[in-house]
Amino acid sequence: MTLEAGMCSNGHVSYPTHPLCPECGEPQEETFDLSDRTGEVVTWTHSTATPPGVREPNTLAIVEFDITDVDGASDEFVRALGQVTTDEVETGDTVEPVYVEELRDPDAGIKVPESQDWDGYRWDPV
Amino acid sequence: MGVAVIGASMTKFGQRDAWIRELLSQAGEECLTDAGVAPDDVEHLYVSNMSSGEFEGQTGIMNLLAHDLGVLPAYSERVDQTSSSGGAGIYEAWQSVASGASEMTLLVGAEKMTHKTTGQATDIIASITHPDEYKHGVTLPSFAGMTARHYLERFDAPRESLARVAVKNHRNGVDNPKAQFQKEITMEKALESPIIADPLRLYDFCPITDGSAALMFTTEERAKEITDEYAVVSGIGGATDTHVVHERDDPTVMGGVVESSEQAYEMAGLGPDDLDVAELHDMFTILEFLQLEGIGVADQGTAWELAMDGATAKDGDLPINTSGGLKSKGHPLGASGVAQGVEIYEQLVGEAGPRQVEADTALACNVGGFGNCVITTIMEAAE
Repeated sequence: MTLEAGMCSNGHVSYPTHPLCPECGEPQEETFDLSDRTGEVVTWTHSTATPPGVREPNTLAIVEFDITDVDGASDEFVRALGQVTTDEVETGDTVEPVYVEELRDPDAGIKVPESQDWDGYRWDPV
Repeated sequence: MGVAVIGASMTKFGQRDAWIRELLSQAGEECLTDAGVAPDDVEHLYVSNMSSGEFEGQTGIMNLLAHDLGVLPAYSERVDQTSSSGGAGIYEAWQSVASGASEMTLLVGAEKMTHKTTGQATDIIASITHPDEYKHGVTLPSFAGMTARHYLERFDAPRESLARVAVKNHRNGVDNPKAQFQKEITMEKALESPIIADPLRLYDFCPITDGSAALMFTTEERAKEITDEYAVVSGIGGATDTHVVHERDDPTVMGGVVESSEQAYEMAGLGPDDLDVAELHDMFTILEFLQLEGIGVADQGTAWELAMDGATAKDGDLPINTSGGLKSKGHPLGASGVAQGVEIYEQLVGEAGPRQVEADTALACNVGGFGNCVITTIMEAAE
């Protein structure tokens, strides 16, 4: 499992990936992994009202990854959203992605369980 | 072709025993009566609704309503644009008349939600998010929490400014007999209510609601034959923004609001300074700030000042959400945008009762998802 960002021929980067670049419409033919990088918390929330199958409370954060070292990238950073491993988080914290097999119970929500993957990465403050 | 609104109606919003069929037909029938239009005269019927299938197991509601109102053989269509389904319905209805395809178009929006638990309803609404967001258990309220934190930290805005939006809109709702809540709240109550998505608390959010609202559209020429009391849709615009919320260049800018309002202003030949009253999509208190900035009434990062100094109160420079807004009026998803249209129509024709302000030009901004899609409508009083 990877935390895969997509990149088009013009160097625009997005997470998650899209068939065509949201910035310029070119195919996103390249991908690279964010899971071995650290990111910075842009903002976060501590959600106490969660849907069926989701941990309660659920702390979520938007994290920004520096990608200035990625060959061909014209964007300087890419953001991703995810659960935080702890309730103790602040804006500006550095976090690292940690893999989790099941982020929520696929059988409890409105979506057909087989319609998507349920594993992914949480943010762990370092 | 000039498009006019000649009638409006709205059921009581709140927790209703009625299912969607009854809510739709109640608002539809009252709108026909209010406009003085016979069912036979309706050529197009649009039904704004997000999720009757998911909420109630009832699909095909445009045909259900067409038959129940006796408007057969009118063309009918269900319009789904998530929380902006009502605004999208206004867009469809405007197009149908402006294009010449229909001379008399009825729009009815509705949602029936309160029979589900809060968790179930939250999950139905959260299912609009991208799979990579959904699996983390993201909800629309949690997007609001993250955006509010970013806004407060970045623009050094006081937490009290958000509570002032809630207090103001609850105050306005007292004068709206159709509102879910007709009850004032205090700053203390807003600031001490339970945390839902930190830093946002219970009173920063609109409730889960059942209800329906309707509008009747026709040509300006035909409107003049029927009534002296009508409003004109002088500008309308619709736009989308990134589906994945964190992919936006600036988390505090709702691109769909900016784009759709620019389109509406351009069509109407007006600007933000010309507005007398506006209904904004205050599903969360923070959204009132983002929309005030998006429609150009305030510079980025400053809308909170308008809440603090009372400029957006009913007796302020630009009254916002005289209806009580989604905050106290309630938010039956598919009905909300139509109900915004009902409020600005009533303000323009002088039928807003105790909520009445002086208004010749009004704007409604209806937001779907977390700004994923937006419809902005400008109406003006008939000359």
